[in-house]
Amino acid sequence: MHLVLFLIFAGFCLAGAVNLLLQTHPINSALSLIVVMSSLAVLYLLLGAEFLAIAQIIVYAGAVMVLFTFVVMLLNVGEEEKTNGSKIAKTIGFPAAVVILGVIADIILVAQRSLGRVSLDEPITTTKDLSAVLFRDLLLPFELTSVLILIAILGAVALARKEGHS
Amino acid sequence: MHVPSSWYLILSALLFTLGVVGFLIKRNLITVFMSIELMLNAVNLSFVTFGHMWRATGQAAIDHHIAERGQIFVFFVMMVAAAEAAVGLAIIIAIFRARGTLNVDQIDLMKL
Repeated sequence: MHLVLFLIFAGFCLAGAVNLLLQTHPINSALSLIVVMSSLAVLYLLLGAEFLAIAQIIVYAGAVMVLFTFVVMLLNVGEEEKTNGSKIAKTIGFPAAVVILGVIADIILVAQRSLGRVSLDEPITTTKDLSAVLFRDLLLPFELTSVLILIAILGAVALARKEGHS
Repeated sequence: MHVPSSWYLILSALLFTLGVVGFLIKRNLITVFMSIELMLNAVNLSFVTFGHMWRATGQAAIDHHIAERGQIFVFFVMMVAAAEAAVGLAIIIAIFRARGTLNVDQIDLMKL
């Protein structure tokens, strides 16, 4: 059961990510990114992270992607123009990307035995467990993130505001 | 029926690499930004997997909250990513107002 669910949603993830690269219109890329993020939420659930699965849906697939689609529609972006791109990206970038994947995959496959495995009948990390850590040991960093978000909102408003109106 | 943890990590590595490739080949500023979000999500997946791994391999007896640590990390990454998306998209709107284009080849004032 776990294997089937993993394969289905890992497939969705990869298909969405590849589709993001292949689409030329930004709104199609945004929709495929939503597919990737929703499938990742299911994978979090399989790993026993129930709070993060819901937060992934609400924060990423909801708030962040709505912001993306909103900006795409606001700026009325059309099809992507085909250009040659930079030569450095072609000659160094793609081999570097392949090397990154190869090195990470090699490290993971070497350490495979000691990594353990995941199955459905394990206890999940409940929201209660998570909040016990978040609101007791990490209360100050948690409050600092709210300050960070506030600053981000002010910065976004200041940046996106039209000049010469104040 | 179970799945090795390494499969999740491999999936995470694949998504990260696709994000890197998207960052390199996409010519639209918004899509480049989406590739960055994809990389952030890939890293989040490996954080959750490692958090699960620590609990599954019996480290929970040493540190009571060790399984939650990985998920707390993801929680903070999500918060920072949300803030980053808001500011980044505001910058994109400002660039579009100033230059009238979102093509990364034409936004090259800082290039030598």
